[in-house]
Amino acid sequence: MTLAAKLLAAEEGAYNPLMPHTYELVIGSFAFAVVAFFLIKVLTPRIQKTLQERTEAIEGGILKAEKAQAEAAALQQQYREQLNEARTEAARLREEAREQAAQLKAELREEAQAEARRIIDAAHAQIEADRQQAFSQLRTEIGRLSTDLAGRIVGESLEDEARQRRTIDRFLDELEGSAPAVR
Amino acid sequence: MNALTLLASDPDKFTPPTPQELFELPPIGGIYWLTKPVILAVLTSIIVIVFCWSAFAKPKLVPRGIQNVGEIGYMFVRDQVARPFLGKDADRWMGLLLSMFFMIWVWNLMGVIPFIQFPVASHIAFPAVLAITVYVIKIFLGVKHQGGIGYFKNMMFPPGIPKGMYVLLAPLEFASNMILAPFTHMVRLFANMFAGHMLLAFFSMVGFWFLFEKLTPLGAAVGVLGVVMTIVFTALELLIQFLQAYLFAMLAAMYIGGALHAEH
Repeated sequence: MTLAAKLLAAEEGAYNPLMPHTYELVIGSFAFAVVAFFLIKVLTPRIQKTLQERTEAIEGGILKAEKAQAEAAALQQQYREQLNEARTEAARLREEAREQAAQLKAELREEAQAEARRIIDAAHAQIEADRQQAFSQLRTEIGRLSTDLAGRIVGESLEDEARQRRTIDRFLDELEGSAPAVR
Repeated sequence: MNALTLLASDPDKFTPPTPQELFELPPIGGIYWLTKPVILAVLTSIIVIVFCWSAFAKPKLVPRGIQNVGEIGYMFVRDQVARPFLGKDADRWMGLLLSMFFMIWVWNLMGVIPFIQFPVASHIAFPAVLAITVYVIKIFLGVKHQGGIGYFKNMMFPPGIPKGMYVLLAPLEFASNMILAPFTHMVRLFANMFAGHMLLAFFSMVGFWFLFEKLTPLGAAVGVLGVVMTIVFTALELLIQFLQAYLFAMLAAMYIGGALHAEH
């Protein structure tokens, strides 16, 4: 400042860049005061608030992402457990089904065998009955044929019914005695 | 304009511009205080307020457009200027530091904007206003936070120095903090802009004189050199203009930080 004063004193009227004009000081102060007022009172607090909010938002976002990740991991774990459970269950059901199928097959086979046996028995009985019937028919036929034959051979008619019947029966009984050999 | 005055003094000889020609500008419209730097200072305030208003008035969580640009400026001042010197107090002083940084930068930029071409800070009154503001804040905060006596004791008698040294150190520290600091704070910005404007004016006048006013085969080369130097120095000025704004805000933060907490 002393330098400025000296310069001013030495060259009165000449231009001295170190001596401020009063009006410039006043207007400069005013210009700065207005800018400082707006920035200090209004604008800086706003941007600081926003920056703070942004920081919080980013931190919150990170936290949220971490939570979501943990949730996803838990869910995955849960799904995996469920899947394992389902697999064991499926295996168990398959095993059960196989056992049931085997059991069913055995039952069916037994039933079929029983049915077959029954059919065979029925067939046997039928055959026996048929044979009996054929045999009795044959017996009558043979009796008649025999008497006819005997009558023709002997030359006398065995008209007497009772006698004829007795003779035939006696003959047949004799035949019957050797029946097992015929059969 | 300068070519005319030169012609008047000696029509055939190149005379470099004088500070008086370059810096003592005539008032406009007969109003003695309405000069170019005054108009530019007011214009700068309007530009800074409009810019900051459009950037910061309705800030979005996800920045768009001009808010991005404003935030780059804000982040620069906060991370490079405020935080290193003010630490946790940085946010409280951001408004003042932003005002200073933006205002000084635009003041300085006025020096290279075509047709305006006058750095406001080359008139010492404008840096003086800011430096005095910082000086007043510094002393006020120092007395408030360290006590009337404590502030000067911390300033003049830093601990850890042999007692005899204080005879020498105390007056030096007082002078450096109380007289030299605000003065250099102000003059550093002023002188840089003053010298920068002188250099640009000189080189552009060399170019104008030797290529347009007195075009001679030999002089043409000098004129071309003048134009080239004007371009080179304009680029350099752009850098210095930014650096000075940064430095001024940084020193302001340093002084305020020093007043809030006793050094060491």
